[in-house]
Amino acid sequence: MIIGSLLGEGWEAMRANRMRTLLTMLGMVFGVGAVIMMLAIGQGAQLMVNESIASMGSNLFIILSGSTSAGGLRQGSGTVPTLTLADAQAIGELPEIAAVAPTLPNNAQLIYASNNWSTQVSGTTPAYLEVREWPVISGEAFSDSDIRSATRVLLMGQTVARNLFGDENPVGKMVRVKNSPFLVLGILSSKGQSLDGRDQDDTVFVPITTAQRQLFGNQFPGMVRFVMVKAKSAEVMDKAERSMNELLKVRHRIHPGQEDDFSVRNLTAVAQAAAGTTKAMSTMLGAIASVSLLVGGIGIMNIMLVSVTERTREIGIRMAIGARRRDILLQFLFEAVMISLAGSFIGVVVGIACAYFFSRFNDALVVVTLSSVLLAFGVAVAVGVFFGFYPARKAADLKPIEALRFQ
Amino acid sequence: MERPLISVSGLSKYYLENMPVLKDVSFNIESGEFVAIMGHSGSGKSTLMNILGCLDTATDGHYYLEGRDTAALNSDELALLRNRLIGFVFQGFNLLPRSSILDNIGLPLLYAGKSKAERREKASMMLERVGLAQFGDRRPNQLSGGQQQRVAIARALVTDPKLILADEPTGNLDTQTGGDIMKIFQTLNEEQNITIILVTHEADIAAHAKRLIRVVDGRIATDQPS
Repeated sequence: MIIGSLLGEGWEAMRANRMRTLLTMLGMVFGVGAVIMMLAIGQGAQLMVNESIASMGSNLFIILSGSTSAGGLRQGSGTVPTLTLADAQAIGELPEIAAVAPTLPNNAQLIYASNNWSTQVSGTTPAYLEVREWPVISGEAFSDSDIRSATRVLLMGQTVARNLFGDENPVGKMVRVKNSPFLVLGILSSKGQSLDGRDQDDTVFVPITTAQRQLFGNQFPGMVRFVMVKAKSAEVMDKAERSMNELLKVRHRIHPGQEDDFSVRNLTAVAQAAAGTTKAMSTMLGAIASVSLLVGGIGIMNIMLVSVTERTREIGIRMAIGARRRDILLQFLFEAVMISLAGSFIGVVVGIACAYFFSRFNDALVVVTLSSVLLAFGVAVAVGVFFGFYPARKAADLKPIEALRFQ
Repeated sequence: MERPLISVSGLSKYYLENMPVLKDVSFNIESGEFVAIMGHSGSGKSTLMNILGCLDTATDGHYYLEGRDTAALNSDELALLRNRLIGFVFQGFNLLPRSSILDNIGLPLLYAGKSKAERREKASMMLERVGLAQFGDRRPNQLSGGQQQRVAIARALVTDPKLILADEPTGNLDTQTGGDIMKIFQTLNEEQNITIILVTHEADIAAHAKRLIRVVDGRIATDQPS
């Protein structure tokens, strides 16, 4: 039979029982709408996590100093000043390591003209920007000579720049940090949110020596809070971790059996675990939503069975004047697919609208991709064919004379 | 000798064991005949009609249509025979209520694989021949019984069949309208040499035919010219 007439017949049948068709379609509307919305939320979450991971830098370790233990009471990581600049330097000489950035963070108040802003001020080395893959977009980074002479220069994150300078260009201006004047050397590119939701652009970097000697006067010279390390490639991550552990054990004279006074953490692995979790969550959302598609499909099958029974006589007439088995099969299959397609079209619109409102009121990122829309349509056609097939076959398998005699 | 259009030999039909609806029926119908099959309700005449129309199959015996043994054909081949060779006219008209008159008439051509333009053209032609040209876009329930039956005849004729099977075609119509319908059959038979088999229980309707087969309790009682 010709496609055009199949469409026409399907349309006529759908129109003949408008209310019933609409209610059947509703099942598909909710099913497809739920899938579209859940995929949008899941993919939005994934995108956010992936952006955070990309902003972190790749092949990344963080080495934290160990915890103190006083009279059985153990403090948190970083409470003993066990890591030093010399440790960082030694790690940098390991063959698997690409870059090392010892870091000493603290909080300080920044003042420019009548504006002031409290933020994290971290002492570090130029290698930090390489480790974090964090370019300077305006001005320039400080250099090793700034480290050697502990100059009062700083690099500014965009959030800080916006709060202190507004629309003004901060490069070349002087700001006061803890009442000392610092020259703004450069502005960093925007990193956005970190995995734990912090604003990574709300930060300032100064040479580590400046931080140690001038800003945060320190009882342990050369001490750093943590060291960021970038390995040369993803393949040497495990080897790099072992080498760093061995090196620091020797340097800190940790005897076998004794607890380490430092800890090496593979941040990339942590990030990948987070990405994996998000992915699993979004897959699960999609899977749960597709159950409603299944229910919608069963609704179609139900109505098609009713329709076949109701139209048994019509089927008999068609057979008497020459309809073959496959003509009848295709007619009912088309009708089922048309209902499911129409339902899923509305479902896509509803799903996108719901996703949009969800993002408006929840401040969450939602992403409706073409592939998820196509997937929903594809599944809808498959549902129509799958659940339409049994009723259609039932119609096609009727004996002409029995169908004609049906009252 | 030319082979008969229809050849039935030893045909039996059982719905239940030992309860024959048709028992050992044999006859030939030549091309161009106008045959009435008469019998009381329950005599088996409708069952015979359904078997002749390839809508039902016999339990025993042979039915040759244009020399082909219908028992050897599958359901698609039977559908093709019904489509090309046979036109049906039913007591209850059996038009599709949701389709327009023209679409109803063109429906057999749809299953014959004809294009939409061809279907509409042929259907309009047929509708004109039964004198209802102005009603093409109406629905069946907007026409009178007699008009609907004429539409059904137009549908039966649209594929240029050799054989028209009419099952109580006047059963739902008044005498006047029924007479008009019978005249159409007579004209078709005389002017176009279309073979017509008419099933009826009314003697005056059967009188329009040239040959009368009486069925009593599943057997042929008489078979004579009328």
